[in-house]
Amino acid sequence: MTAMTDDTLPITPRAMRDEMIVFGLMAVLLAIVPFTGIYPFFVMQALCFALVACAFNLLIGYGGLLSFGHAMFLGTAGYCSAHALKVWNLPPELGIVVGTAAAFALAIVTGYVSIRRQGIYFSMITLALSQLLYFIYLQAPFTHGEDGIQGIPQGRLFGVFDLSQPTILYYVVLAGFLGAFLLIYRTINSPFGEVLKSIRENEQRAISLGYKTDQYKWLAFILSGTLAGFAGALKVFVAQNASLTDVHWTMSGEIVLMTLVGGLGTIFGPVVGAFVIIAMQQYLAGFGQWVTVIQGVIFVACVLLFRRGIIGEVAHYFKRSL
Amino acid sequence: MQALYAQLLVGLINGSFYALLSLGLAVIFGMLNIINFAHGALYMMGAFVAYFLLNLFGINYWWALLISPLVVGIFGMILERTMLKWLTGLDHLYGLLLTFGLALIIQGVFQNYFGSSGLPYSIPDQLRGGMNLGFMFLPIYRGWVVVFSLVVCLATWFLIERTRLGAYLRAATENPTLVRAFGINVPRMITLTYGLGVGLAALAGVLSAPINQVRPLMGADLIIVVFAVVVIGGMGSIMGSIITGFALGVIEGLTKYFYPEASNTVVFVLMVLVLLVKPTGLTGRAA
Repeated sequence: MTAMTDDTLPITPRAMRDEMIVFGLMAVLLAIVPFTGIYPFFVMQALCFALVACAFNLLIGYGGLLSFGHAMFLGTAGYCSAHALKVWNLPPELGIVVGTAAAFALAIVTGYVSIRRQGIYFSMITLALSQLLYFIYLQAPFTHGEDGIQGIPQGRLFGVFDLSQPTILYYVVLAGFLGAFLLIYRTINSPFGEVLKSIRENEQRAISLGYKTDQYKWLAFILSGTLAGFAGALKVFVAQNASLTDVHWTMSGEIVLMTLVGGLGTIFGPVVGAFVIIAMQQYLAGFGQWVTVIQGVIFVACVLLFRRGIIGEVAHYFKRSL
Repeated sequence: MQALYAQLLVGLINGSFYALLSLGLAVIFGMLNIINFAHGALYMMGAFVAYFLLNLFGINYWWALLISPLVVGIFGMILERTMLKWLTGLDHLYGLLLTFGLALIIQGVFQNYFGSSGLPYSIPDQLRGGMNLGFMFLPIYRGWVVVFSLVVCLATWFLIERTRLGAYLRAATENPTLVRAFGINVPRMITLTYGLGVGLAALAGVLSAPINQVRPLMGADLIIVVFAVVVIGGMGSIMGSIITGFALGVIEGLTKYFYPEASNTVVFVLMVLVLLVKPTGLTGRAA
């Protein structure tokens, strides 16, 4: 397997310092958004997708597993949270828990099935599993088929924070994003993360060293799926609906695209990639199907010319890991 | 019983498409080490070329069966020469990503000009009508699709497993460097193989045009089912791809009769079961 990133060495204090500085900058920049007049809805949406992309990146960038079905976690958590909020009238915090737990359960099952094959088969299996779920949601009564679940009440988080206020909702989403981001960062730099990287580089050797690589991959898959689900649950409060779009394979493709544009296996790449792709969709919304064509062109250009992605190129230029 | 036989026939037809498409995927994967995500889009192009031939040039179905795979095959070879060949030596996943991008481009362009609705393509005169077989009524065109696909599949099998060219191809799959040392132009063989695989997809597209109408997204969902077929059957064996393709089509058809709610999902469920029982797929080499 060819290395996708240069960061095979254990993390150095300098790299850690750089990354914490960039993280601090990102957190400050995101925190002042409500005071800048930027449309908060756009940033919130981008943050949710950034989190999904980061979760996806945990698998591909550090475990070498290309999941083409991450939309299933986004969509499943979305539907379950939406149902819990609207039909069961649960408070927001429990709604998020229900959605995330559903994604967790789904990841346990789908992970168990899909890690049984490697490489390209893994991608095809995840894609097929997400298509299976798509058809289930298309027919299941609680998802309301083509209409989706709409008009979801936002409620008060912990009975205090009124999520129908855009600024409050923004900071809640931001807190969720930053917390999950730190969790992923911590995972990557943990002994567990090091084993994952070794599996990416050479699975046979990792096995010969005595690691039960299947268990590591399964655990990484569960973590990734659960975090993607958490993002899906947050997104319900932003979009106030849950629909089939979020489970469709095109959504899985977009998640892949975001990560690829930002840089596979980079820490901040998926965040940058998500903002770029969501911004592009906003500005090009009037062009109809040409958006799909442009996305395809970006895919092709990234693979042929630009494999490191935006952050990967920047990191390469400064000879740092980001 | 009539309905059961009818669904069985539909299953056999879908099975023909699964077989033709998974066969192409397997052949391409063997030589290029790429899973061709654009396969569904090229299948769609095959149907569209037949549509253009008929409506712009008045060229009939029979010529389309020959010309459309050639046109799409050449288009595929251009893609291989200009893009896919640069991926040699890189991780498999880049091939998947690149061809996914190509699929988005091709489908997006067609959607722009033709929307999402279907264009009609009529059954050629010679294949109209039907036969009463006693136990069921067989529309001739549908019977033709099944028989013709089976013949094409077996011919491809023969080409690869029983001819000298096929022997080169199998040898190049195993060890391209060594085969090159024997003076065989492997890069050209790779290009031709991609053309062949893509041509099979286009052929399936022409065959399906009179049955399923010609739509820009006709291949988008189909390719995902074919991926599941490939996971079930494995890509190690040509005959395995053919048999798995037809068998899954029939199972899907039976499901439509006995439990229609599950007809969309049965192939995926079977994939899960196969992975649980025999992770390497039915025809078995590990990936």
